[in-house]
Amino acid sequence: MIIRELCEMVSGRIVCGESRREESVEYAFASDLMSDVLTVRNGNFLMITGLANIQSVRTAEMSDVPFMLLCRNKKATEQMIEVAQENKLLIVESPYSMFRCVGILYNAGLKPLF
Amino acid sequence: MLSEFKIEGGDFTRAGYASSQIKKILKNLNVSPDVVKRVVVALYEAEVNIVAHAFKGVIVADISNSGIKLVLEDEGPGIPDIGMAMTKGYSTASQTVREMGFGAGMGLPNIKDNADRFEIVSEVGKGTRLSIEIDFL
Ligand SMILES: Nc1ncnc2c1ncn2[C@@H]1O[C@H](COP(=O)(O)OP(=O)(O)OP(=O)(O)O)[C@@H](O)[C@H]1O
Ligand SMILES: [Mg+2]
Repeated sequence: MIIRELCEMVSGRIVCGESRREESVEYAFASDLMSDVLTVRNGNFLMITGLANIQSVRTAEMSDVPFMLLCRNKKATEQMIEVAQENKLLIVESPYSMFRCVGILYNAGLKPLF
Repeated sequence: MLSEFKIEGGDFTRAGYASSQIKKILKNLNVSPDVVKRVVVALYEAEVNIVAHAFKGVIVADISNSGIKLVLEDEGPGIPDIGMAMTKGYSTASQTVREMGFGAGMGLPNIKDNADRFEIVSEVGKGTRLSIEIDFL
């Protein structure tokens, strides 16, 4: 799934990493608990979370995650965007709830990791 | 090569800084990405545990050609029952820690899974010491 199309589906806005909007992603994992995300061995997935603080970006950094979807109308802070840029992390903000984002993207073919 | 970092309990804005620095060093040394991920995931979980559960701590990273040894020593409440703490899902994390995105009770078991050698010793009322070793080859 192309990030630009994903954004349209969840009424999302890219707030960091805009130049990578034509890249694509196949898998996603959703959680507000960072230690859950950190148990995933492979890193090539979209991380969906409602946690808008520096630790969600650090978690993506340690996990080698390239894309993050911030749901529930959460806004990325300046500090988050700074660390995200350093680590080439693309961040999308969506006004939709996690359940709604996940439902839409699952239906559109984004795959679960397990 | 030795690197040392001081960690402050409760300071979630800086949690992950040490892990981020170690990640940069390992990438520059061309350590394979899979191994780098195992090291920094284990280190980050251990670093966050000091921030979340202890008062303050020190991380010492010893990097050689063959691997990395991480020692994390903190002053804090200690862990009364290590067997329990190592159980997936067991957590005593406070509400504040949960709001920061932690408290799944997955950190310690995940550190062990990522490490080639892992040791934990703790004294109640004093603190906790973790030793994590990961081979590069
Ligand atoms: N450095 C420490 N000092 C004191 N207690 C600790 C320390 N590290 C872990 N603990 C205790 O062990 C429990 C389990 O730790 P673990 O890292 O597995 O889970 P957690 O930190 O609660 O949640 P998370 O899944 O976010 O890591 C903690 O809830 C805490 O009670
Ligand atoms: Mg933990």
